[in-house]
Amino acid sequence: MTTPANTLRRFAGTGRGLMADSGALVFVVLGLLVAGSWALVGPSFLSYENILSIVQRSVALGIVAAGQTIVILVGSLDLSVAYLVSVTAVIASAIMQGDPALMLPAVAVCLAIGVIVGLTNGLIITKLRVNAFIATLGVALILRGVLNASVDNFTGSVPIEFQALAYASLGPVPYSIMLLAGVFAAGWFLLRYTRLGHHIYAVGGDEETARLSGIRSHRIIITSHVIVSLTAVLTGLFIVSRLRAGAPWVGPDGAYDLESIAAVVVGGTALAGGRGGVLGTLAGVFILALLDNVFNQLQVNPFIKDIVRGVIIVGAVAIYALGSRRRDG
Amino acid sequence: MSASTTAPSQADVPETPVVKPSSRARRAGRGLLGSAPIFLILLVVLVAIAVRNPQGASPEYYLALLKRAAPLMLLAAGQIFVIVSGEFDLSVGALITAVVVGAAVITDGDPSLSYPAIGGLLVAGVAVGAINGVATTRLRVPSFLVTLGMALVISGGVLYNTGGAPSGTLPQNLRFFGREGIEGVPVIGELPYSVIVLVVLGSVCFWLMHRTNFGRQIFAVGGNARAAALSGTRVHAVKTLAFVISAVSAVVAGILVAGFGGLSNDAGAGYEFQAISAVVLGGAVLGGGRGSVLTAMAGALTLEALFTLLNLLRLPVELRFTVQGVIIIAAVAYASVRLRASA
Amino acid sequence: MTEQQLPGDPPEPATSAGPPLLEVTGISKSFFGVTVLADVDLDVRAGEVHAVLGENGAGKSTLMKVVAAAHQPDAGTIRLGGEEVTFSHPRDAQLKGVSIIYQEFNLLPDRTVAQNIFLGREPVRAGVVDSRRMEADTRRLLAALGASNIPPDRLVRELSVAQQQTVEISKALSYEARVLVMDEPTAALSPHETEALFERVRRLQEQGLGILYISHRLKEIFELAQRVTVLKDGRRVGTVEASAVTTRELVRMMVGRDLAHYYPPHASPDELGEVRLRVRGGGVPGLLHDIDLEVRAGEIVGVAGLAGSGRTELAQALFGVRPFGSGRVEVDGRAVDLRTPRAALRQRMGFVTEDRKAEGLVLPLAVRDNGLLALRALGRWLSGRLPGGPLRVTDLMKRVDLRAASLDQEVRYLSGGNQQKVVLAKWLATNASILIFDEPTRGIDVGAKAGIHELMRELARAGAAILMISSELPEVIGMSDRMLVMRGGTIAGRLPADPTEDRIMLLATGERDLGEAA
Repeated sequence: MTTPANTLRRFAGTGRGLMADSGALVFVVLGLLVAGSWALVGPSFLSYENILSIVQRSVALGIVAAGQTIVILVGSLDLSVAYLVSVTAVIASAIMQGDPALMLPAVAVCLAIGVIVGLTNGLIITKLRVNAFIATLGVALILRGVLNASVDNFTGSVPIEFQALAYASLGPVPYSIMLLAGVFAAGWFLLRYTRLGHHIYAVGGDEETARLSGIRSHRIIITSHVIVSLTAVLTGLFIVSRLRAGAPWVGPDGAYDLESIAAVVVGGTALAGGRGGVLGTLAGVFILALLDNVFNQLQVNPFIKDIVRGVIIVGAVAIYALGSRRRDG
Repeated sequence: MSASTTAPSQADVPETPVVKPSSRARRAGRGLLGSAPIFLILLVVLVAIAVRNPQGASPEYYLALLKRAAPLMLLAAGQIFVIVSGEFDLSVGALITAVVVGAAVITDGDPSLSYPAIGGLLVAGVAVGAINGVATTRLRVPSFLVTLGMALVISGGVLYNTGGAPSGTLPQNLRFFGREGIEGVPVIGELPYSVIVLVVLGSVCFWLMHRTNFGRQIFAVGGNARAAALSGTRVHAVKTLAFVISAVSAVVAGILVAGFGGLSNDAGAGYEFQAISAVVLGGAVLGGGRGSVLTAMAGALTLEALFTLLNLLRLPVELRFTVQGVIIIAAVAYASVRLRASA
Repeated sequence: MTEQQLPGDPPEPATSAGPPLLEVTGISKSFFGVTVLADVDLDVRAGEVHAVLGENGAGKSTLMKVVAAAHQPDAGTIRLGGEEVTFSHPRDAQLKGVSIIYQEFNLLPDRTVAQNIFLGREPVRAGVVDSRRMEADTRRLLAALGASNIPPDRLVRELSVAQQQTVEISKALSYEARVLVMDEPTAALSPHETEALFERVRRLQEQGLGILYISHRLKEIFELAQRVTVLKDGRRVGTVEASAVTTRELVRMMVGRDLAHYYPPHASPDELGEVRLRVRGGGVPGLLHDIDLEVRAGEIVGVAGLAGSGRTELAQALFGVRPFGSGRVEVDGRAVDLRTPRAALRQRMGFVTEDRKAEGLVLPLAVRDNGLLALRALGRWLSGRLPGGPLRVTDLMKRVDLRAASLDQEVRYLSGGNQQKVVLAKWLATNASILIFDEPTRGIDVGAKAGIHELMRELARAGAAILMISSELPEVIGMSDRMLVMRGGTIAGRLPADPTEDRIMLLATGERDLGEAA
């Protein structure tokens, strides 16, 4: 543990338990990246507009990444989020049909779908003992098939009132950023201050130890899956408000499954569970958005971004895996 | 007496002092029987196709099905190596796309460049497999992430080279493997080259996995990597070669796909999930140690037959994904519940 | 005397004369038809340390797991405070005041001390976990144990083993434990830490807890315990007052003479051949140092030592699992570099590991494939042929007298003894002639044990050089032609054939004279 990292951790005010040692690294990286980008792009990089644009670009991924953090902390993961985002966007827009009166029912239906998908994932993993990667991949394929068989283009539309979520602001602060901040604050609170949060760490850290302490691990895992599905629904709602109508490709095009896992891992949460937190993930999301922003400003071919992302995911996991081996060995 | 069909506890194993050898033929037969479900399922689906198909079921019809299934069956024959070793390879779909697009870019329709292109692509495939293997074993990154990352890198590379729309053309002598066949064969009419490639390479895979020292070591590594290592097995090398085999099978599958599918930016899309679905349908256990090339290929054929059945039932083609999702979950849940019952 | 009032239990003076706090009677337990406990009685009184003593495999740990409800007994009753209880889950026992502290702690390394202690029972105020109260309560619990130096908000990962153990004890106390079971608590502690632990145990005793203390270190038992129960082969040999017994008597109770089991005769001097394996100054940083040993053809060299003395580490270093970092290893007089198991294999060495299922066998594979596991690893990959010419697996299995339904049977379905024979066959297939056995008969029933011992001696007679590690004194005495006793990561002493248990214990514990301790 280096001193600057320690200082940074205190500065971030995250406290022990929420941030593992390795979690502090991500803030150092974020800081270095900001400095590097500023040097590369010039002073315009730190302009209010540009920072705002980076943060806004982080909203869709950030929300679902917060959920992904929780489910990874509990020792699972969710690859079905991308298609759930699409399902939400399409259904919300199809129900609303531009009518503000239908906003509430649409949101309610989407949240209900989120709960059902989360329960399904959780039950398959805990009761049928299918590993999380396969279970959620299977559910993703099921959603994909049903979705693509039902719609193949933009469907319905959302009313202006709903678009406010993506486009309006309260004073200088856009609603979207408030949404992002709200989700992360809720995630942080959940993990730090609720029993559920503590039990999520316990089950992810060592399911047997948790069980011996009277924690019903299946319940915790299922609940975590419901939470990640709900965040995917929120991301879907945000995207449909930005696009004004839902289309089946919005989720997979955003690669929310892999990207959210990347953000979580880059943010220092252990893929095996039990160690990490949402603040690291937020930094991870910012890192990905910042790279996007810099690539755009430098007019790098957009497909290079995919390559870089692939390398970042593997590289981040490798760094943490090798790091933890050194510590354990 | 069959040890594979019953799950006796330690106490009620009949203890005969001398071990009776069983012939290789009997063992192979038992292997087939032990994995009978997939052949039964395949038979049911094939019969259902015959019933639903207005033209009836001719040998040509089933041969066409086999020809369509050839790339997936090859892919499954490669993927099973990785699965039995305890890992996943999700980079094969992107690799197939890269092969199709890459072949067009390299040759740009020039037939004289076809064979050098195939050679180059095979070398690239070996490199991809080696990187997957090394990253998984040395960097200790879970293989599903390594290979998904690799898929991102490959498809990013493809799109970067084509700028979003593939250019160039595929020469006829390259497409011929996936397209043409030997004419005038009795009963079946035309014998597609893809089926010949399938039989030859499928046999090679079968031999590699079930008849060589390397093959047996894959099972050991997937069943218990630590015990295998303590018995002198080079675990990292075995796993890495499994990834290489999977990647090479994807390259060959890609050449077949280029033959009858033609040039497209999503030529290989979804193949990685189909390959996984096929092998679990064929009874392989995710996590390693169990599986066979033959049943994996049967699983692939069954999957393709199911897709055909969906068409015949006039269901939307997109439901293929749903079918795969259900298959993956059901097959893995079935295996895990059954293993638990016998443990 | 104690300030703490225990629910439903008036404070008792710290004497061993009180009524039992916990009483188990007629406990029997068997696994897969192998009897592990037979009709065992045990009780512990408030304010008493009751030691449970016995060799490995005597049934100590199983008995303690029954007490803590990690196992369900086949027969017998458990009474707590005079009332018969049935625990269906360790948590039931814990909530009723019976806690167990295993050698492997049940702690989450990435959570704080307080979070670990209150796991599953976090205090909540207005729906929010009250960390302040949790930490204050933790501080109080730790202070009661004289461990105020452990900060409640420290991650468990950052604590020493002794501190983690203290956290486990605090956790048990937070459940208002009345009975505390401690399974070899000093196994991983330094002498200084051991002293501190004893201090804590005495404090708990003063507070009126009943403590069941498992150990095989006699010295500790005399220092702490009021009564001692000795187990052997799953039966209770007897319960005695610690003040009324000598070390010698306890050792005799513990070991006895195993009349049911005959060991094959030792090697005669003319049966010994050249030195096959020699180590000079072998060391592994932090684990082993100054290892000097040699093993001759035809000879079985036993390695004894307490848990943590470096026995298994020695085997692993020799076989290249965690290779020597210093020193010199010779096989047949030539210096060799055993960096990996593969390198050891090439020197025709074989390693029968302590944990058969995790390290020796591939459970889902057939007998045939497990038998050929090592040989195939040396074979050419792209060939079906085995190196060294064709080999009939049937003959191989006959040599180890395997009893299995068929060669295609998965090894997971074999009994422990037959599984061990398959492991042995694996090394015979490679013609291994320097064999390292780590606990060769652990978890194997008595009948099969004799078979394994017979096989080992036959191998030695056929010229193999054998190094055998065992924590069972009768076995290591019965089998060894010579013996090495390990302590603190090195060889503390060498003994000829048939030493007494006392001499081994003396070297293993480093005490001058066991008799004095009493």
